[in-house]
Amino acid sequence: MKLHEYQSKFLFRDFGIPIPEGAVATTADEVREIAAELGGVVVIKAQVHVGGRGKAGGVKVAKNPEEARACAEQILGMDIKGLRVEKVLVDPGADIEREIYLAITNDRGAGRPLIMTSMDGGMDIEALNRERPDAITREHIDPILGLQGFQVTYIASAMGMPRALWRQFGSILRGLYRCYVESDAELAEINPLVITGAGELLAVDGKVIIDDNALFRQPELTAERDDSDELESERQAREAGITYIKLDGQIGCMVNGAGLAMTTMDMTKLYGDADGIGPANFLDIGGGATPEQVATALRIILSDSNVKCVLFNIFGGITRCDEVANGILTAYNEVKPDVPMVIRLQGTNAPAGNRIISEARIPNIMSAQTLTDAAKMAVAAVKEGA
Amino acid sequence: MSILIDRSSKVLVQGITGRQGGFHAKLMMEYGTDVVGGVTPGKGGEWFEGKPVFDTMRKAVETTNADVSLVTVPARFAADAMMEAADAGLRLVICLTEHIPVSDMMRVVSYCAQKGTRLIGPNCPGLMTPGQAKVGIIPAMVAVPGNVGVVSKSGTLTYEVGFAMKNAGIGNSTIVGIGGDPVIGTTFVEVLEMFENDPETEKVALLGEIGGSAEIVAAEYIKNAMTKPVAAFIAGRSAPPGKRMGHAGAIVDGGEGSAEEKIQALEAAGARVAANPEEIPGLLS
Repeated sequence: MKLHEYQSKFLFRDFGIPIPEGAVATTADEVREIAAELGGVVVIKAQVHVGGRGKAGGVKVAKNPEEARACAEQILGMDIKGLRVEKVLVDPGADIEREIYLAITNDRGAGRPLIMTSMDGGMDIEALNRERPDAITREHIDPILGLQGFQVTYIASAMGMPRALWRQFGSILRGLYRCYVESDAELAEINPLVITGAGELLAVDGKVIIDDNALFRQPELTAERDDSDELESERQAREAGITYIKLDGQIGCMVNGAGLAMTTMDMTKLYGDADGIGPANFLDIGGGATPEQVATALRIILSDSNVKCVLFNIFGGITRCDEVANGILTAYNEVKPDVPMVIRLQGTNAPAGNRIISEARIPNIMSAQTLTDAAKMAVAAVKEGA
Repeated sequence: MSILIDRSSKVLVQGITGRQGGFHAKLMMEYGTDVVGGVTPGKGGEWFEGKPVFDTMRKAVETTNADVSLVTVPARFAADAMMEAADAGLRLVICLTEHIPVSDMMRVVSYCAQKGTRLIGPNCPGLMTPGQAKVGIIPAMVAVPGNVGVVSKSGTLTYEVGFAMKNAGIGNSTIVGIGGDPVIGTTFVEVLEMFENDPETEKVALLGEIGGSAEIVAAEYIKNAMTKPVAAFIAGRSAPPGKRMGHAGAIVDGGEGSAEEKIQALEAAGARVAANPEEIPGLLS
């Protein structure tokens, strides 16, 4: 779960990290008031879950409250990569001497937390990593011991942090590590961490991503979820316990298991790509595949008007194919899809399952034996319908 | 021979009185696995299908001499259960549970390494040495004894490929599901090394997917140290970047972990990579 910049920075503040004394607003009048209270130059920043908001015009500098209001009127309600800006953060302008990068993330390969930092902050860390990997200092943390004092000194020294700032930097680094651990973050990033003209460190921008699997023990952060960047169909699926991701193709896929679901998508592309045909979605129905679940999943798949064919690929292990077949027929009768459906049942009780499907004699339902056949049939069905 | 488990493995099921744990414990026993008991805190002294249930792993191991444990408890208790198994001195711990926080897994993997316990998973279907034993949820019908080792990040995709091999007359030495999470106990390379050293395994099938770099590391091992032929499939060629495809670890992040780079690395290492998993039996014969 992504946190907005303002949520990330307010969280940092709870862990003793200095941030600009800004506030959040949803109207241009509020922005004017906040700017008047702060006094001086302010920065108005769109709070949306997309990168590149600065380039899109979502960040503006204003010299006085009236200018701040005018900027806010432009930013609030604007569309950035398909997302409407509902909130802005109004921060006092910072006197920036130097921009530093500081982040803690899960290193999946090492199975340990990784601190990454660079005196050349401000820019995109992935670009920096490509162009000048040596400009980044990296330090792994023992997940059982946590961040140790000598590591703080090592990092400050290796990155070239001015000695006069070591104490302040250490306090921020420890705060960020505690924030990362206690919030179950998969990323806690300050970019930039600024050295001001007065020689103070200040977290000017921040980004925190919380591990979705840990939300059960993060009730306060969960309550701050903003899912406006999530599609309605994806939200419905999530609430029904189904993993669904919308894609751009024409073949709706319903599969049990994530690896097989990806594979089924790949097969539709393998045999359809030459004709511009591919998967319309990723969908993992999970282990049970009850009639109710199948019906919900089918409705979600069909809510995408690009879908010209639905491909079921179920490998019954513990799941029995005859039960799945009954589930599909029940769902079919409830949803009454008008697109062709290709059904491939394999594994436990597959012959019985296929018999149930064929005896139902539904004209737009076809059975396939192998995954290859199923994918080719679905591609052919889309071509015929076009 | 086989790797990790065989008919002599003595298995405890953590969460044996739960719905999932009980259901699969029974199927494992029917398959021939020597399930010697289970653990559910608060239910010590009860019996499950004639096997004793204990409150703690220490007591269970002391009484049964078990060397393997299967963790089937819910995500919020799974980290504790794995560490309890490692603390009790088990050789091998297999965790089926999905949705465990990564921060928990980083601590668990580190703790298991300290204790010398091999961890498989989490979020995996477990292991099967066909004809001898299975620990986990791999259905009995997908494989017969043979000489091809299988290592996979996925569940049903593994069944699909195992079943295709069986239909082509190919059997398996051991099938190992390592799981689709970002931080896991045992990686592709470690399993490849075990297969390389197992006299009964002649060839290996590797089933990977997008996300992370475990397949790239595996390709390096195949190139430098493996004498046995490897056939592979990588799922997720059609997956868009930045989206998590069901498995917590299946995400192309910052341009890293794509199917293309993994396929290239495996092909460059001499592995035969299938564009369609149903081609795997053909690539192995």
